[in-house]
Amino acid sequence: MTFPRFATIAEMRSALASKTISAVELAREHLDRIAASDLNSFVTVCEDDAVATAREADGHIGRHGQSGLVGVPVAHKDVFCTAGVRTTCASRMLAGFVPPYDATVVARFRDSGAIMLGKTNMDEFAMGSSNENSHFGSVSNPWDVTRVPGGSSGGSAAAVAAGLVPAATATDTGGSIRQPAAFCGISGLKPTYGRVSRYGMVAFASSLDQGGPMARSAEDLRLLLQHMEGHDPLDSTSADIGPTPREADRVGLRIGVVREYGRDLDARLAATVDEAAAVFERLGHERVEISLPHTTYATAAYYVVASAEASTNLSRYDGVRYGHRAESPNDLDDLYARSRSEGFGAEVKRRILTGTYALSIGYYDAYYRKAQRLRRLIRQDFLDAFRSVEAILAPATPSTAFEKGALLAPDETKDPTVMYEQDVYTVPASLAGLPALSIPCGIIDGLPVGMQLIGPHFGEDRLLALAESFQQETDWHQRTPPR
Amino acid sequence: MEADLIDKLMRLAALRLEARERELLKDNLSKIVHLIDTMQSADTDGVEPLDHPLDGVQPLRPDHVTEVVDRNRFQEVAPEVRDGLYLVPRVVE
Repeated sequence: MTFPRFATIAEMRSALASKTISAVELAREHLDRIAASDLNSFVTVCEDDAVATAREADGHIGRHGQSGLVGVPVAHKDVFCTAGVRTTCASRMLAGFVPPYDATVVARFRDSGAIMLGKTNMDEFAMGSSNENSHFGSVSNPWDVTRVPGGSSGGSAAAVAAGLVPAATATDTGGSIRQPAAFCGISGLKPTYGRVSRYGMVAFASSLDQGGPMARSAEDLRLLLQHMEGHDPLDSTSADIGPTPREADRVGLRIGVVREYGRDLDARLAATVDEAAAVFERLGHERVEISLPHTTYATAAYYVVASAEASTNLSRYDGVRYGHRAESPNDLDDLYARSRSEGFGAEVKRRILTGTYALSIGYYDAYYRKAQRLRRLIRQDFLDAFRSVEAILAPATPSTAFEKGALLAPDETKDPTVMYEQDVYTVPASLAGLPALSIPCGIIDGLPVGMQLIGPHFGEDRLLALAESFQQETDWHQRTPPR
Repeated sequence: MEADLIDKLMRLAALRLEARERELLKDNLSKIVHLIDTMQSADTDGVEPLDHPLDGVQPLRPDHVTEVVDRNRFQEVAPEVRDGLYLVPRVVE
């Protein structure tokens, strides 16, 4: 049988529960779609493992009925370690790396019965906003294959948007869940820093990295978050608080619209976000203009903090313990330098060197400490704003999905900071450690537009409730790419 | 971005770049520094640097061994090992 291509997890669960379809049939159908797809959204497909796990899921459903994610096909961004399945981070450095353990997120999904179909493509080490920095080639946006899906979680976003999987895991350091979700017309949630364990998630910038779900509805995001979140003794930065509740008020909230975010925004995108604000007003919420005065410094502060942490985290790749090793090194320094230079791509090298610069003697105070001071001011802007509003509505991106090659040339001759400016609306919440989600709110010239909802720390419940009510009122999230 | 500084950064980061890659990088880094220099106009006097987005403190767990290091399993992913040891080029003559 064929199952509706763009079914939500909720629909799949009820079909599995009523035995309208088996987990094996569901897995096989999605594996066939992946095999037939030319988006390059997967780095590794786990066909045999997936069918075997689905068979176990069918046994479980037969005995106990469907619960949790039992029998639901998912994909993991290739930044999450998967025991026995190679985890590349889309880098030549880790092209042959097979982890000896599972990331906590992967283990939790496995324990809840989800069927892992494979690992999705991404920007190398999650550094990029177009998925063009992948050792395994760029990913195509299913809405227009000449365009990028966004990044760094471009493979996860494209796979969900194309109906190859109903859900995928992703990570967000400065916008890597929200921007590709917006470009591909799907829903994505970056939880509060610490809500989801980072154990086994290959590190980029440890004070910013946060795993989260991508799916086709806010309702599905809520279900997926339940199976990702929670304190993990293996990640001492994971928050020791209870699960996300389901109790937030759905009416009578004050929703902030950021004055500074409107300044340089494309008029048609601004109109789309404005229309979304009008939907919230119709739903009984109040629109309140707010100011986040340090916004203008966010991109600069983000690139200093993230690159500094990246240069430190990526020093572990030395060609000795795991990862790429240069052939016939002359001496130890040669082994290190050649293994790293051969293993890392251009953007990763730029970030490592930017971070090295910001942390080096003579520049540490002027750059790294300065960025950390600005980080506090940017966070304080949000904390002040949340005294007068319950959530903030913002654009997710400055444009819709751009053409491949528009911001990144194969010969690396383009100005990298133009790509960095893509993150202008997403990095502030990242620096502040706040939860933020992106959901579809319009279409311009055949391409989806996303909007962000940003909330106070650990306020995921309210963001999801607002997104759920928006998706009951509108059908942007049900639009699908042309075939 | 002076050539000497690029050489120093490459040494610190254990990277080695070909001449063309190095020239491009010099140009790229200058643009990135230009971007991050926009921070300098912000008044941050008296503001405490923020290390952790939730101002979290590092929690400590009881000082007990909680896992066994399985050297053989972990070394399966190493490029070159012998007798349980990681191999590197000779460092002592």
